[in-house]
This record gives sequence, C-alpha cells and structure tokens, in this order.
Amino acid sequence: MADTLLEIAALTKRFGGVVASDAISLALAPGELHAVIGPNGAGKSTMIAQLTGEIAPDSGRIRFDGRDITTLPVHRRSRLGLARSFQITSLFSDFTALDNVALAVQAHCGHSFRFWRDARGEAALRAPARAALDRVGLGERADMAVADLSHGERRQLEIAMALATRPRLLLLDEPMAGMGPEESARLVATLRALKGSVTILLIEHDMDAVFALADRISVLVYGRIIASGDAAAIRADAAVRQAYLGDSEGAAASSARGAAHG
Amino acid sequence: MKGLLETSRGSRPSPRLAVNAGLLVILALAPLYAALTGDPFAMTLFTRVLILALAALSLNLIMGFGGMVSFGHAAYLGIGGYAVGILAKEGIGSGFVQWPVAIAAAALYALVVGALSLRTRGVYFIMITLAFAQMTYYVAIGLDRYGGDDGLTIYQRSRFGSLLDLDNKILFYYLCFALLLAGIYLVWRLVNSRFGLVIQGARSNERRMRAIGFATYRYKLVCFVIAGAMCGLAGALLANHTNFISPAMMHWTRSGDLMIMAVLGGMQAMFGPLLGAMTLLLLEESLSRVTDYANLVLGPLLLFVAIYVNGGIDGLIGGVRHG
Repeated sequence: MADTLLEIAALTKRFGGVVASDAISLALAPGELHAVIGPNGAGKSTMIAQLTGEIAPDSGRIRFDGRDITTLPVHRRSRLGLARSFQITSLFSDFTALDNVALAVQAHCGHSFRFWRDARGEAALRAPARAALDRVGLGERADMAVADLSHGERRQLEIAMALATRPRLLLLDEPMAGMGPEESARLVATLRALKGSVTILLIEHDMDAVFALADRISVLVYGRIIASGDAAAIRADAAVRQAYLGDSEGAAASSARGAAHG
Repeated sequence: MKGLLETSRGSRPSPRLAVNAGLLVILALAPLYAALTGDPFAMTLFTRVLILALAALSLNLIMGFGGMVSFGHAAYLGIGGYAVGILAKEGIGSGFVQWPVAIAAAALYALVVGALSLRTRGVYFIMITLAFAQMTYYVAIGLDRYGGDDGLTIYQRSRFGSLLDLDNKILFYYLCFALLLAGIYLVWRLVNSRFGLVIQGARSNERRMRAIGFATYRYKLVCFVIAGAMCGLAGALLANHTNFISPAMMHWTRSGDLMIMAVLGGMQAMFGPLLGAMTLLLLEESLSRVTDYANLVLGPLLLFVAIYVNGGIDGLIGGVRHG
C-alpha cells in the first residue's frame, strides 16, 4: 500500500479569466482526516468537482492509490472507492432512507442488469444498508420517506450513502451546512468515530468542527493553497490570519479558543 | 399478486385494490356484454383499449418510472404495425415470423433513437424523440409500395397455424387481454428489481446515481429498448385489430394520446396506463356520440387532471398521497 492515498499535483482550472484552481497540490495519507477551509469563492467546490470527475481540470494530475484517475468518469471513480457527500442535499426523494442507502450498496455489488427478483427483498443489499444507517445514527429512521426526514437527518443520510459504497476516500462537501449546533455536534461525533477507518477530505465552513476533527488543514484562497499543516500551525500562520481569518478576527479567536479547550 | 394490484409504492390499504380488481373483471366480461347486447362495436372499442393500454404501459415504463419523456412513442406502434403489414403484403403471413420481427424491429429502432437521444436532457430529449418519430412518419408516407399516404389494407391477419385463429374476435380480445396482463406483470417485476431501482433512481437524481457509481446511460438505454419492444408488440396487435396500417399510426398526435393516457391514469402506477387508456377512449367515444366538439370537453378535463390531480386517476382512487 502506498503511503499516499490521494495525490493532487498542480491541479489547475480556469473559468474565463477566473483561476478557480491555481496549481493545487495536496497529498492525503491513508487514514488521515484532511480539512480544506477557505472563504466563499475560494474554489473549494471546483476542487471537489475535479476530484469526483464532474469537471475536467485544464492541467494537473490526480492520482488515487497510485493510479492516475484524472480522466476517469464519475461512476468509475466511485467504483475505485472514492465517495462523496453533496453540499446541497442530493437524495432520492421518492424513496425511503433505507432504499437510498441500499441503492448505494447495489452500485458496488456487481452489475444491475437483474430484471426479475425484488431488490427490496435482498438481504445482501438491505443488511449493509442498515449497517451504514446505524453508523450515522439513522437506524431508527430507516423506513421513513426522505421527505419526512429533518434537514439534519438528510445530511446524515448523505454520509450513510457515501459510506455504503465502502469508500477508501470520503469527500465531504460542507456536511455541516445548515445544521443547528446539536446536529453539528452529533455529526462531529459520527465523523470522529469514522476517523482512521476511512480517509476523509473534509471541506467545511464550521471552524469548530474543522479544528476538532482534522489531522491536517489546508487553506484555500483564490484557488491557491496558501498554507497546509496541523491545527496549531494553521492557527499560527500569519498568511492565513491575514487572508482568511483576518476578516473576522473575533470569530477566529473564539474558534481557536474553542478548539483549544475541546 | 395483491401487491401488484394494489400499488406501486408503499402499500397502504386503499380503494385501489377494489378499483383495479373491478376493472379487470369488467374487461374479462366485456365480450359477454357485447354478445348480450349484440353491440359488435363494443368489442372493437374494448380491444382497442387493451392494445393502446399496452402501448401506454410501455411508455409509462420509460416516462413514469424512468423519467424519460419520450414524445415519439407512436413510432414504435407504427413500426410494429408496418412490420406485420409489410410481411403480409410480401406473402409472409405467419405470426410466428411477423410478431417477432415487429418486436425486434421496434427494439432495434429504440436502440438507435435511445443511443442518440439519451445523451440529451429535458426539452432536448423531448424534441429529439419527436423528431425521430416524425422522420419515421414521413418515411412511411414515402413507402409507395405499401400504400404511402393512404396506408395499406391487411387482407389476412397473422396466422398461428391451428394454435390461434385471430379472426375469432373474442379469442383475439382475450389474447390482447392476456398480453396486457403479462405486460403489467412484467413491468411490475421490472421496476422493483435491481434494474428498476436504478431506472427510478436515475429519474429521481441522476447526478447522485453517477456519484454512487452507476453508469446510468446504459441502464436507461436498455429500459428504452424494452419499452420499444413492448410497444412494437402493441403495434403488431393494432395492425391485426384494424386490418390496416397507415402513417397515421405514428403521427405525433398519436404519441400525444399515449402520453395523455399515461399521465391521466397516473404515472408510476401499474394500472395507470390501462385506467388512462380506458378513460380517454371511452370518453372520446361517448362524447363524440353527443357532440361534435368532444375535444372541447376533453381538453379542459385533461388540464384539470394534469394541474390538480397528483398521480392521475390512480392518485384519486388511492386517496391522499404525500411527498
């Protein structure tokens, strides 16, 4: 096994005159939880989209477990073990929570050209799906329709679906978005429990969560990574303070304190 | 079978079971009614209902369950019909040849249309499927040997040796009925299988489907071909029913009728297309007996269903449905 699971090298993407990704380089070790933070418009979503394969980079390479995946389509990357959650909840709203997760299991369970047998009766799909729901604390809500779940529960379902694909790398795109403090805390606990068993790239605005969870943090500003290091190093970094935390000094200070205590 | 009769998603007890079972009983007894009242037209009308219900069922598979709004579905009906008509004209009268050819030709056509149109989305998909159907329509007009614009009379129905005599109207009716029931059962199995869940997932959220690892295109294409094949069979039945084929079989208004049946009956409902076909054809028929302006009544009615009734007639009888 390589000592790098994901390696991004000089990833660059321009939209007209805007450089959304400016020679981004990043390496994730297996088992690491790496957070990427950055102000709005820093290019976090563009970076995620290139990692998942929804946007093709102009230049640069992405290697996953030693294999170049720069040009692989979305579904093939998922098959290799690269899973994601969406920033804006993206579920199958006609289905139950369990159906949603079972479909994710099914995606990684051979081909689906099986036309006859009732898929909702297949233990091989339902059991792993239930396990993934239990893992994020949604086991009790398995048979609820997505429409009847709360916002926080849908966010957890997002993660359960990603987990159900048995990923080796989990890309979490602002999983705390729109969550109340209690729901956030629960999700932080869920992620902490996952840490170590799966490599995680966490894009997040919630500083408390980031400083509480991340092994390493990279700061993205105007498409460039201006600093990379552990929580203490990022907090101490002058460029980060100026470029990112500087514009909300008070909030940054309180986050730093919160993290220090937590 | 209870699950099949009752619902497609979520099994709450509802009047749906009673309505669907009642519908089947009515259809099973229709020939008896026709014989008692001595009204031969009733047989013709009900046979037509069954055949177009099969066509609408196939459309509902891709449109209702798969979210692929095909606006050219009558083309498959036409291709199935023309396969029978052309073979009959060329002296191949055996149904054992005609019907498989009808199904295969429609499936192959669906493969070509699907392969190209499924690369597009939304309005573009609708327009491309419509364009293909119009193309087929004009090709049929150009087939001078097979009647061109005027169409072609089929002098002998498909022959199945001593097995089936399609000239027997009652037997033909029950054959259509059996094929429709088989079709409904097939679609029911299909949409609840792994394949069907992929198709429904792609309707609901295709981006997510790709993100969790599905190559949605090929599943949708296979679904498109299955629907085409099924509609090709309906076309073969229709040609035998009317003893006549013409380009009008695949006119875009016919595609529109099939869409109306699917929407009216209730998409994502197993018996929706049958309910829709029956309602539309019976309404058309009875309205045209009392007024020349049947469409003036039908139009607003359809608008009402489309706007206010979530889930079509199936939604009405199934009671309130949330989500």
